[in-house]
Amino acid sequence: MFLTDAEKAMRDGAEGPAVAAAMDLLLRYGAALDASRLCDIRNVAGTMTQPSPVKARLVKEHGWDKAFAVINLDSDGDFEVPPMAVPTCQLQHGFGADALGIVPYPKENIELQASGEAFYGRHGVNILATCTPYQVGNLPMRGEHCAWMESSAVIYANSVLGARTNCEGIASTGAASLTGKIPCWGNHLDANRYGTHLVDVRVQVDSFQDWGMLGYFAGGVAGEDHPVITGSIGQPDLTDLKHFGAAAATSGGVELYHIPGITPEKPTVEAAFGGAVPPSPAVYGPAERRAVYETLNEIGTSADVDFVLLGCPHASVDQIRSTAAALDGKRLSPSTELWIMAPRALKDVADRSGYTEVIQRAGGRVLADSCPAMSRAAPKGTRVFATDSAKQAHYLPAILGIEAWFGTLEECVDAAVTGRWNGGLR
Amino acid sequence: MSAVILHGRTVVPGVAEGEALVSHEPISGWGGIDPARGVIIERRHELYGVCFTGKVLVFPSAKGSSGWAGFFQTTRLTGTAPIGMVIGRISAKSALGAVVTRVPAITDLDADPCAVIDTGDWLLLDNSTVEVTKR
Repeated sequence: MFLTDAEKAMRDGAEGPAVAAAMDLLLRYGAALDASRLCDIRNVAGTMTQPSPVKARLVKEHGWDKAFAVINLDSDGDFEVPPMAVPTCQLQHGFGADALGIVPYPKENIELQASGEAFYGRHGVNILATCTPYQVGNLPMRGEHCAWMESSAVIYANSVLGARTNCEGIASTGAASLTGKIPCWGNHLDANRYGTHLVDVRVQVDSFQDWGMLGYFAGGVAGEDHPVITGSIGQPDLTDLKHFGAAAATSGGVELYHIPGITPEKPTVEAAFGGAVPPSPAVYGPAERRAVYETLNEIGTSADVDFVLLGCPHASVDQIRSTAAALDGKRLSPSTELWIMAPRALKDVADRSGYTEVIQRAGGRVLADSCPAMSRAAPKGTRVFATDSAKQAHYLPAILGIEAWFGTLEECVDAAVTGRWNGGLR
Repeated sequence: MSAVILHGRTVVPGVAEGEALVSHEPISGWGGIDPARGVIIERRHELYGVCFTGKVLVFPSAKGSSGWAGFFQTTRLTGTAPIGMVIGRISAKSALGAVVTRVPAITDLDADPCAVIDTGDWLLLDNSTVEVTKR
C-alpha cells in the first residue's frame, strides 16, 4: 500500500505510540483489503462507550486507555489515548441512568458507560449516542470520505447524502479517529459506486411502512450490491429513507443504493449503470409486497401483544409527534408497554414540545441512547412484540427469543392500547 | 487421501493447520455468534449451535451489523476463536474481522472454497494457498 511521507512518519511513531498503533492497524486492514492507499477523512462515527464483558474487565484491571488500545485499536501496547485527531462521534450504545426502573438493564453497565462517556468526552468524542447521527447535526457533505459504523447509518450516508464510507468496524473507526485516515477501498472509489441491480416498483410506495417493505425486498434482491429503484414511488422524506435503508441493510448487506430523481449521485437510470445496459429488473408488485409482509410477520402466532417498540432506527421528532397524536387521550392496556427510541437531542425537543408528556400520560415511554436489540433488554416477561420497523421485526425475535408483529405506527399504537394485534396488509 | 491445492490472496499472513468447518451461508457477527462460547447462534443458520473454536472457518461472506469484527475480536480475547479463515468474497467486515482475530486468512481463491471444501477436511493454510486433504 502506498503511504505518504506524513503517513510513514505516523507509522514510525512521530506522533506518539497511540497514533503509531492506529497506523499499524490501518496497514494490516488495508493489506487485508488489498487497498492501494489511504484516504483522508474528517468524520468518524464509531463506538467506544458501549458496555461489554470484555470492556468491563479491561477497564477494571487496567483503565480506559488500555481498553481503547485493545478494543478500538487492536493493539497490545500500553499508552495514553491522545485527543481525537478528527471529529468523532459515539453511535448508539447502552441505556443511561434515566432508564433505571423502566428498562431491565444492569446498573453496572450504566455506571461503566457513564465513566466511559466522561473519559471519551475529555478526549473529544461527541456523545451523540444514536444510530442516526445524520438526524442530530452530523451530516457529511456529498463526496465527503468518512469512516462510519452502523449499517443503517452507512447506507444513509452513502445513498441519501452521497458521502463515501464503507461499513467500518470498532477497530477501524478507532484507528481513523486518531489518524484521520481509512483505507481507500470499496465505496470510496468512483468505479465502485454504480448500480448493479434494477428494482422496478409496480405497486404504489408512499407510506413509511411501504418504504420499509420495499427496502427489505431490495436487500433480498441485491445482497451486498447496489440496487437502483425506479417505478411507482412517491416523494420519500427522511424517515421513509431511514426505514428503507435500515431494511435493505438487514435483509441483504446493502451499503449503497440509488433512486434516480431522489438521491443525489445518479440522476438517471442510465447514469446509475454508468451507461451500460441496465440488468433486467426485479419486479416489486402486489405479490412481492405481500410476500415481504408475510416474511416479516411469520414469527407471530399469538395476537396478545405485551410490548410495542417504535423508533428503529431512532425516531425523528415527527415520528415522536405522530406517536403522541395517536396516543393522545388514550391509555395503554395494563398488560402492554410502549417504548419509542430517539436520539437524546431529539428527545429534548420532544420534551419541550410536550410530546413526551402526552406519551407518558398514556403510559408510554420515550427512551434515548439505545434500543432493546443493542442492550438485549425488553420489558420483563415479553413474549410478543409489535413494531413499525422492518429491521427490528427481523432481528429482535432472534436476539430475545420473542414473537414479532410488523405493521404501521397506528396499528402498533392500537396494539398497545388494546393489548391485541389487529394489523393486516392494506 | 487426496490433496488439492487452492491458490488465492493473503488476507492475514501466516500458517495454520486444522479441521475445516464449512458454512455455505454468510455469517453474522452481532446476533450471529456467541463470542463467549464460539458458537453460531443465528436460528435459521445451517450451523446453528455449532462451535467454531479451533477450526478453520470456511464461509462465503460476512453479513449483518458493523459489529462483525468486534465480535470476532472478542473470540480471540476470550479464547474461543477459529484458527484460520477462508473467505469467499472479502468485505470491510470480514477483512477487519480476520485482522483483529489475528488468524491466517485467505480470499479470492481459484475455486469456490465452500464447494471444494467439506466440513471435516484437513486444511493447511500457508499465506496464499490452502492445501485441502479430504477426510
